[in-house]
Formats: sequence, structure tokens, C-alpha cells
Amino acid sequence: MDNLANPRKTYAGLTARKAGLIACTTCGLVEHPREICQRCGAALHSRDPQSFQKTLAWLIAGMIFFIPANLYPMLITNTFGTEQKSTIIGGVIELIEYKSYFVALVVGVASIVVPLAKFAVIGLLLASIRGRWQSNPYQRLHLYEITEFIGRWSMIDVFVVAILAALIQLNFVASVNPGVAAISFALSVIFTMLSAQSLDQRLIWDSMNETSNHE
Amino acid sequence: MNTASIDPSELIACPNCDLLHAARQISEGERLRCARCGTKLASSRPNAIDRLLASAVTNAILIAGALFFPFIQLDGGGTRQSATLIDAVSAFGGGLTTPLVLVVAAFIIVIPFMRASALIYTLWPLRFGRAPYQGAARAFRFANILKPWSMAEIFIIGVVVALVKIAGIAQVSLGPAFWMLTAIVLVLLLENHNFCRWTIWQTLGKHTQA
Repeated sequence: MDNLANPRKTYAGLTARKAGLIACTTCGLVEHPREICQRCGAALHSRDPQSFQKTLAWLIAGMIFFIPANLYPMLITNTFGTEQKSTIIGGVIELIEYKSYFVALVVGVASIVVPLAKFAVIGLLLASIRGRWQSNPYQRLHLYEITEFIGRWSMIDVFVVAILAALIQLNFVASVNPGVAAISFALSVIFTMLSAQSLDQRLIWDSMNETSNHE
Repeated sequence: MNTASIDPSELIACPNCDLLHAARQISEGERLRCARCGTKLASSRPNAIDRLLASAVTNAILIAGALFFPFIQLDGGGTRQSATLIDAVSAFGGGLTTPLVLVVAAFIIVIPFMRASALIYTLWPLRFGRAPYQGAARAFRFANILKPWSMAEIFIIGVVVALVKIAGIAQVSLGPAFWMLTAIVLVLLLENHNFCRWTIWQTLGKHTQA
């Protein structure tokens, strides 16, 4: 028990799971196994048993809604009687034509690059957990954290459409309406956020413990 | 190691990799990081609860203000109109406008306001050294669940992009409500800096477990 005497030292390689304890992911309390956390009342799991399925299910839902989000118009603009429909990519191209390169870059990254990267990263993490990969757990955790942090920013284009639609209702020269893609894209972002949140990141490290420490 | 002899209350587990660490008193301004993956486990900031409470109250006030002050001004086709966020939400739009605007209003007004209220409910009695209100643990849990869904900062960028897109159709200028939302983003940044979930749960736990 020297480790307890020296508070700065960690129990080398000992996880809560190995110690027969459970850490509450909501409030951080370490407890002896029980159903519900005695401090915050959240359900207590050493590893969320449904994490893999939930993450995969939300990911698939997010990917499915990403398809209509790109095929249907995001924005339907009516200026002096002429109707113009633009998709997500169309909107980015339009911004490039207006020479607003920086804004085009922001919207393009947020609405196309980030969602695709997010699908790829969550897919990769799921594969690494299922395949019990040993390599680069730190990098994988980092990818997960970046994904979780950046995913919400995809909402930019949905907000843009809502702002334009709400504002230009007030003006009679033009009218702007959101297309089907706006709702599909919003749902795709929401589902992918739920997917990332469902992933129990402790699973990334589990295959490490079992082989790297011989006790 | 004989794990049965360990008192779990003396431990902090890393939420990201499950590694156990001995919990100890950390000095002001110090951060405790996971030895394996580097995740921040706990931090100590002077008057953390005061500061968090102050950010939550400021946020609640700013959100309320952002609702009623003009958000944006439109000059186009010989008319000038200023709109508050409430005007924008209640503008009767056809088709998908209404559901979309309602979803957006939830992300930038309803959820941030509920989160600020839940934080105030949790922290107010703690700040005065009293026992937490009933259901404080549930309120604080709720506030943490709401966090990623509160999207004021993303909305601000959305407004800027919308202004670029609209530039050809109408002249637009920003009203005080826009700057209030910008202030909310700054307050949220400060809040993040002072936020240590572990410390607040410890404080809440002292009362519920005693």
C-alpha cells in the first residue's frame, strides 16, 4: 500500500474496473459496485454495456440523414418572383462566387468536412474497440475528444438558414424558405452528437490493460 | 494488491481511461491530470463557486435581455425594420420555417436559460455554505447534460455568415441583442475556465452522504 502513502503516485496501471470498483461517469465518484451512484443518482456502469450498439445506431441514423441533407435544397430563395434553390454544396459555391472565400471555407468545413470526418472517426473508434487494437490509445482518445468538441459546430449552416428565413419574412422584396435539407442536416448533426456521447471512451483503453500489465 | 482495503472515497478515477488516482487536497490554481492520458481530473480555482454562480446569473440576465432588445436591423426595398429575437421566432413563416426556427430557439435561448437556472439552483445555497436545495444533484446533472446542446457561440458565427449572404439583398446592421449574445459566449468561456465538476460534486456530496 505504499501508493496510498504517496498521494502523488498513481496505482500503476490499476483501473477502477481492475480494482473491482466502478467510477461514475457523471460525477466521478469511485464506488463499490451498485446499480445507481449514491452521490448523483446516475446509472452506474463499469463500462456502459450498450455503448457500442447505441453509438453504432446513432451513427447510422446520422449518416442516413446526411444523404437527403446533401441531395435536397437547403435554402429556397424567391427574389422578385424568381425561385432559386441551393443545396449545401451549392451554398458554398455561391459564397465562393461572391468572393467571400473565408466564409465559404468556414461553411464548407462545418457542413461537409466536419460531418464526414466525424463519421470516419466514430467508425474508426468503434472498429478499434471491436478489434481490441493495442496501438495509440492516447491518439484515439484525442481523436474522440476533438470529434466531440467540434461536432456541434456543424450546426452553423442550419442556423444561417433559420436566420435568413426568419429575417427575410420581415421583408417583402425577397422571401427565403428552408428546404428539406435544413431539417435533415440538423437531425444528422444531432444524431451524430448523440453517437459520440454514447461512446464510453474507457473502452478504448480496455485492451491495453489486459496485456500490458502482467500481474 | 488487496483492493478490499481501499477506501473508494479517497480515489479519483479518470473519466476517459478509468485509471485510479489517489484523491488529495489540491492547492489553489493547481490542476490534477491523469497520469496515463492527461485528462484534467480536478482543478482548484479561488472562489470557484462564486465565479460560477456569477457567470450563471450573468448569463440568465443576458439571455433575457437578448430576447427583448433589437437583434438586427434590415434596410431594403425602401423599408427599415428592426427585429428582436422574439419577432424572429414568431414571424409566421411558411413550410419548414416555423419548426426550424423553434429548434434554433431551443438551442440558443431555451436550453442555455434552463442550464443557467439549474446551475443557479445548485450553486446558490452552496455559495452561502448552506445545505443544497432538494434535487440539487439532479439539477446539476441536468445542467451538465444540457451543456453540449447550448449553442450560443455557434449561432454568433451563423449570424455573421447570414449577414454575408444577405448583403446583396438588404442592408443589415446589428442591434444590442447580438452583442448580448456575444457577451454570453465570453461569459461561457470564463465559466469553462473556472468549472471543475469534481469539486462541485464533492461539495454536493458532503451534504447528501453525511
